[in-house]
Amino acid sequence: MIPFRFSTSFTLQEATGLRAATLPQLVTLLKKVPEGCLYYHTHYFLLTHHYLTPEPTNDFAYWVHEVLSEEALGEQLASLDIMAHTTLEGLRETLVNTIEAYLAQHPTARLKFVSEGEEFFFVKSLHVIMPTRHQASTLPEFLQALSQISIHSLYFHIFEARLRIGHPTNDFAIWFDEQLGLKELAERVATLDPYAQTLEALRSILISLIQQEPSGQEIAHAKP
Amino acid sequence: MPSLDDYAPLVGRSTIEELRDVVKPLIGRRIVMVNSTRVGGGVAEILQRMVPLMNELGLRVRWEVIEGSEPFFTVTKKFHNALHGKAEYITPEMFDLFVEVGRRNAERLALEDDIVFIHDPQPIVLVERRVRHPGSRWIWRCHIDVSRPNQLVWSFLNPFILQFDAAVYSAAAFAQQLQMRQLLIAPSIAPLSDKNRDLAPEEVAAVLQQLEIPQDRPIITQVSRFDYLKDPLGVIEAFRRVRRSVKCRLVLAGGTASDDPEGEEVLSRVREQAKGNPEIHLLLLPPDSHVEINALQRASAVVVQKSLKEGFGLTVSEALWKARPVVASAVGGIPLQVKHRYSGLLVHSVEGAAHAIKQLLNYPDYAKRLGENGREHVRQNFLLTRHLREYVLMFLTVGSPQEIFHIG
Repeated sequence: MIPFRFSTSFTLQEATGLRAATLPQLVTLLKKVPEGCLYYHTHYFLLTHHYLTPEPTNDFAYWVHEVLSEEALGEQLASLDIMAHTTLEGLRETLVNTIEAYLAQHPTARLKFVSEGEEFFFVKSLHVIMPTRHQASTLPEFLQALSQISIHSLYFHIFEARLRIGHPTNDFAIWFDEQLGLKELAERVATLDPYAQTLEALRSILISLIQQEPSGQEIAHAKP
Repeated sequence: MPSLDDYAPLVGRSTIEELRDVVKPLIGRRIVMVNSTRVGGGVAEILQRMVPLMNELGLRVRWEVIEGSEPFFTVTKKFHNALHGKAEYITPEMFDLFVEVGRRNAERLALEDDIVFIHDPQPIVLVERRVRHPGSRWIWRCHIDVSRPNQLVWSFLNPFILQFDAAVYSAAAFAQQLQMRQLLIAPSIAPLSDKNRDLAPEEVAAVLQQLEIPQDRPIITQVSRFDYLKDPLGVIEAFRRVRRSVKCRLVLAGGTASDDPEGEEVLSRVREQAKGNPEIHLLLLPPDSHVEINALQRASAVVVQKSLKEGFGLTVSEALWKARPVVASAVGGIPLQVKHRYSGLLVHSVEGAAHAIKQLLNYPDYAKRLGENGREHVRQNFLLTRHLREYVLMFLTVGSPQEIFHIG
């Protein structure tokens, strides 16, 4: 059995110099920016605003709603099911299709523009990944570590590993399945929608799910 | 000076542990920071805190300051204004003086460190004398808002900028389309410094008494250097509009930096505008008035930052860290600190500022919620430890083209 070694990841933001002042410009750039931009604008806000309930929306939805004042499209972009996408290319397609369909139905939305300085600025994420001091060989050890790791580590295994690194689902579900043989727990963790939670709430839910497993109950004192 | 462990109660033990782990590949590397003043302004304040912490982490960091005459700093102030988009008349002789002083400093400073970190345009000419030894990296850190720069000055600086391995800005809006890596790293505040540490209510009251600011009605405060780009005259106008319906006081507190020869002129115009109004308090504070600024911010019902242009506007984070409701212009790095209606109110005009201040004064519960969200936002994103981590990450990755780096 291979122990679970918790890693962590830090994001650096790289400017692209690309900016959009209108929806047609936004959609044109969306088609060609690197995948790192798509990841950044649909995920980085989770780290920077994880303490707010409810969290603000992804960067595209925030800009369209709050800056461009296209509320209906803003809502659609905010409610995109990112979990349904296994690749960033798929997510790109959905974003582009959503905006293009809206523009087809609301042609005057093409004419709206924002003033200088309020454009949508495309940013790309760079990632530095490193192992942490935490590792686990059993479910109780995993539970203990889960309560101690930083939110960056939690974020890495749940979000980044799947869409940015290309793992098939989140790392926790893979380990539960492949190393511990806990298929049901793996399934429950894999189908969690992490985008609907703050990071601390997500940690609590994971702890509860693990504590419901017979082999995880030994250390029920790990507080959610 | 606080050590890294002193920050653990504020940011969490795991954050400090991760910082100590991520820096390991860089231990022993020689780094030099170069800027144009040791005192006054946000850059010097950050370096005073940042350099000791970097050394504590095991990096070998020194801090050098370029030397220049008054005419040189008059030219650099003109550059500063022009890069912010203000019309400035800059003669060929001024460009010559800028280069000449830069070259003289290059001879004086032996910059052969592994990483040379140049802050702002004043010392940028130093890169001309860059010695290219294997592993040496030069980084240009631009703290100012260059989103719409005067093209004459920008084109003059461009050949220097392109000699660096990376440029760093505080906000995405400032980045240009350049063939080089351009990183975005926001500056930060030091939560344990005199300017930001907790103060007891009695300490706050004592400072206000000493500054002769009565606490008999809500106080609106802007803390900024006396500089046109901070729009102190616009703040006075917004205050006048608020004052028509709400009893309150205005405090404009600031000083001048040693590299800013324009401050006196702005101050005299502000004095003229405030003349005869006992509810407007102008405080010209020396650069070490940290506790005074801290107390003023804590005593304020609303903190304003009505800048016309802003490199970042650290006074916003300072106010938010004290859970103060903030009204600030949506310029430069301010929208990164204030998410409109989540952690403060963003405005675009004098009228908008007046309206927002009135809203906050009339709805204290709403104001309190914004302030509390603001404090959390700063805790997560704008404290010195996050800034330190991002500089370390940049040192680890500068010069490599990939997007995903594995270490350890």
